[in-house]
Amino acid sequence: MSAYLLRRVLYAIPILIGVNLITFALFFIVNTPDNMARVHLGVKRVTADAIAKWKHERGYDKPRFVNPAASGLGKVTDTIFAEKSLSLFALQFGRADDGRDIGADIRQRMWPSLAIAVPSLLVGLLINITFGMVLAFFRGTYLDVWGVVLCVILLSISSLFYIIGGQYLIAKLLRLVPISGYDTGLAAAKFVVLPVAVGVLSGIGAGTRLYRTIFLEEMGKDYMRTARAKGFSEIRVLFGHGLKNALVPILTGVVAILPLLFLGSLILESFFGIPGLGSYTIDDIRSQDFAIVRAMVFLGSLLYIVGLVLTDVSYTVVDPRIRLR
Amino acid sequence: MTAVCGRRVRRSLLTRLIGGFSVVLLVGCTGGPWNNPYPPSENGRTIVYSSFEERPKHLDPARSYSANEAAFTGQIYEPPLQYHYLKRPYTLIPLTAVEIPRPFYLDAQHRRVSDQAPNGAIAYSVYEIQIAPGIRYQPHPAFAVDARGVPRYHHLSPQDLRNVFTLADFPLTGTRELIAEDYVYQIKRLAHPRLHSPIFGVMSEYIVGLSEYAATLEQAQASGEPDAYLDLGRYPLEGAVAMDRYRYRITLKGKYPQMLYWLAMPFFAPLPPEADRFYAQPGMAEKNLTLDWYPVGTGPYRLTVNNPNRQMILERNPNYHGERYPDEGEPEDTAAGLLRDAGAALPFIDQAIYSLEKESIPYWNKFLQGYYDVTGISSDSFDQAVKIGAQGDVALSDDMRAKGIRLITSVETSTFYLGFNLLDPVVGGYDDRARKLRQAISIAFDDEEFISIFRNGRGTPAQGPIPPGIFGAREGREGINPYVYDWVNDRPQRKSIDEARRLLAEAGYPNGRSAATGRPLLLHFDVTAGGPDDKARLDWVRKQFHKLSLELEIRDTDYNRFQDKMRAGNVQMFQWGWNADYPDPENFLFLLYGPNRKVGKNGENAGNYENPEFDRLFERMKTMENGPERRALIDRMVEIVRRDAPWAWGFHPKQFTLHHAWYQNAKPNLMANNTLKYKRVDPRLRRDLRVDWNRPMVWPVVVALALPVLVVFPAALRYARRNRSGR
Repeated sequence: MSAYLLRRVLYAIPILIGVNLITFALFFIVNTPDNMARVHLGVKRVTADAIAKWKHERGYDKPRFVNPAASGLGKVTDTIFAEKSLSLFALQFGRADDGRDIGADIRQRMWPSLAIAVPSLLVGLLINITFGMVLAFFRGTYLDVWGVVLCVILLSISSLFYIIGGQYLIAKLLRLVPISGYDTGLAAAKFVVLPVAVGVLSGIGAGTRLYRTIFLEEMGKDYMRTARAKGFSEIRVLFGHGLKNALVPILTGVVAILPLLFLGSLILESFFGIPGLGSYTIDDIRSQDFAIVRAMVFLGSLLYIVGLVLTDVSYTVVDPRIRLR
Repeated sequence: MTAVCGRRVRRSLLTRLIGGFSVVLLVGCTGGPWNNPYPPSENGRTIVYSSFEERPKHLDPARSYSANEAAFTGQIYEPPLQYHYLKRPYTLIPLTAVEIPRPFYLDAQHRRVSDQAPNGAIAYSVYEIQIAPGIRYQPHPAFAVDARGVPRYHHLSPQDLRNVFTLADFPLTGTRELIAEDYVYQIKRLAHPRLHSPIFGVMSEYIVGLSEYAATLEQAQASGEPDAYLDLGRYPLEGAVAMDRYRYRITLKGKYPQMLYWLAMPFFAPLPPEADRFYAQPGMAEKNLTLDWYPVGTGPYRLTVNNPNRQMILERNPNYHGERYPDEGEPEDTAAGLLRDAGAALPFIDQAIYSLEKESIPYWNKFLQGYYDVTGISSDSFDQAVKIGAQGDVALSDDMRAKGIRLITSVETSTFYLGFNLLDPVVGGYDDRARKLRQAISIAFDDEEFISIFRNGRGTPAQGPIPPGIFGAREGREGINPYVYDWVNDRPQRKSIDEARRLLAEAGYPNGRSAATGRPLLLHFDVTAGGPDDKARLDWVRKQFHKLSLELEIRDTDYNRFQDKMRAGNVQMFQWGWNADYPDPENFLFLLYGPNRKVGKNGENAGNYENPEFDRLFERMKTMENGPERRALIDRMVEIVRRDAPWAWGFHPKQFTLHHAWYQNAKPNLMANNTLKYKRVDPRLRRDLRVDWNRPMVWPVVVALALPVLVVFPAALRYARRNRSGR
């Protein structure tokens, strides 16, 4: 397995370089360094001299990919792309174009994202698995039919509707929790309840349907029939045998998204005023802060790769027949 | 034993659950709001609650220029002058200065000349400013000294900074008296090569030696470490000199009366060199310990928490020198209760808490729940908040009145217009053809309808470049633009579309077709549109041109490309706006001054309008004191631009602000940024109303939780029966 992991790490390097290259190209197709300078220096009374100085201080006055004026390796390294990208591989995110320490921002903002994402994932899993099992258990009954119809309705509704509806109903009409905001420590609990509830509710439709299908598939397998033939009750068959095996695809799916929980949810965080990483990237695309955009895209790609590797590893954990070579 | 323990544990758990639920119900019954986003310890305190949508980028007074930054810098920094809170028209009064400085003038040989000397005879204006003694800075570690009087934190090692993350992590603070040298130091900072002050360009045209000073500093910086502290005290600036401990002198090239307005902005607030030296130490910037993050001032408030990811908090400055609430204002201010606090010591508020709030819907709902004190009105909430009568009169909705909410309206000192690029071969130019084409479009472009549809009536159609309330703007019949409006029934009435068609025909485009070629006239309108709301707006714009049978191609582009096109002059028509820096007609008329054009000069004259007569008049007008002569010049200038029609004049936005009954002394002052000190809240009333408005409702949740059980129960029952019957 070590050889496999080493190989995956080595594969990751060209992928990350490629992602960086594409991000860089896309960003600079839309924004020139002059545009970035204007956004940062303000819209009123900005002089050409101030723009030139701003670019020079941040190295944006260099060529993008190849520097013909430099010699040797400098032709490639003395460029915007190399200067802004190489340090990322050492997880040195550097400073934002307005001077902020990006690493400090990420370290601070990942906790609120996790405070929403982790409970949403756990509670969502618990509820979706339970509902999926209940529907599978009562398959063919009115509960199953109407349950599936309800799931389809739930998954057809926009997440924005859940957010605004949740805020209106729970926070405004029933006045049970604050509409938005965040606090640290235990005081965060009252702010987290509603976004978690909204996150869970918006995922119930898709989650329950998926898990119902997984359980139904398991229920039709030979070992389940054998268990029934032995005279076990349906409850024992489902919970004692079916659940254990159905958890394999569920867990491996969950492991893949675990690292991405750090990145938070864009809309949810924005509407609930959660100062997480979800809104961080989009805010800085708006403010044309390339330093933060490239850092966040790099981090996202890295976490995605980590998620995929963890999924592979989790297969070997839950299914002893699988070996990674 | 085990079973007994298990039962005990279960019973204990059950008891706790019931207890917890009882507490929840009890709290619900006693009325403590569950949805209060603030800690209970803040109840009853004189705190103002507000929000910010995005982090203020700059809090350094040499760099900060945006309105969202001024909300903070205005409360912290104290320039020598300020605007009177209540008086209109806007009036300057001293803040840290002892009196409003009156400039004296020098000729080219530095000999004093009379105030009435012609502009050509005045080579320099000199402002001598005396500040009040005894003003002290807020407590700050930059001022902390040890027993020998040596600065405690000016030589910090990486080791010293290891456990420092915010300014509060420095255990010692200090203060010192404000001196004139601090004001001079800040003026020098406007030329600092690392700061990129947005007003360096305009100030270097006026402050003697500022351009050269920037070159000197650049050289000094180039010879040292790029991020090292640059001691500006070592480099004198000819145009800004401290005369003694409490007096300093600013020398300007020529005559520039608008300088007084600049002296009321944070750009000219004092900055202690100790703060610059403190923040310039290695390792500080990496921890966001900079002047952009933690400002240092003498004002009524200091920024104690700057967490732009969540909250920013202004707290009363314990060293504040004190000030009194104004005892005079406009005649209606007494009736409005705005003079109840006349003569009282400022500030009234202990703390202002600004929370991150990115979306307007949560903000609005929290305002209605009493968790924010003041709000503007977004289009989404407009109908819920405001009723507009048949005559256009504005009133609060019944719901708002029932809550005791109050509405304040004011016309902003801003203008939004449809601009023509005067360099364009079709709509540009200064001959009769082009002028009549622009006049025809100005008539057809119905701003009254635009304001009604897209701004819920929040705007006043513009009659020229100068907004109401600024010297030079005229009201009533003599104030209308006669090329677009007639005076009918004591009010301006837009000329008929037939009149516009007539002008269009005279311009050579009868029925929207070129008289020469017979081809329909196709015009281009450059915009930066984004959302679905923009589509409706652009459809409306198209409709305005269709009234004249003109075809309109809308060229939608992102903001960066749009800016590039504007600078290159590759647009035909566009929409643009300007927000006043100061209440002087010069600040609007310079938008039409030829040498200030966008193409080639990168100025603010976006339409590239150039009229030699207008430019000559502008050069005379800008240095004059307000008076009949200046008014006459402005009248002439406004007449010229109305006739030339480089803009369809658009509208001046109207600000609608709602505030709760407990928020007092609220009067819009669109020029002053330091108004927090005048505000007062009644925390007891706020607490009571919050409790009243936010009683939690629990039973629907209980029903919702019981529902799944009720739904599953019949199926479970049927399953159990089936099992029992063996089927």
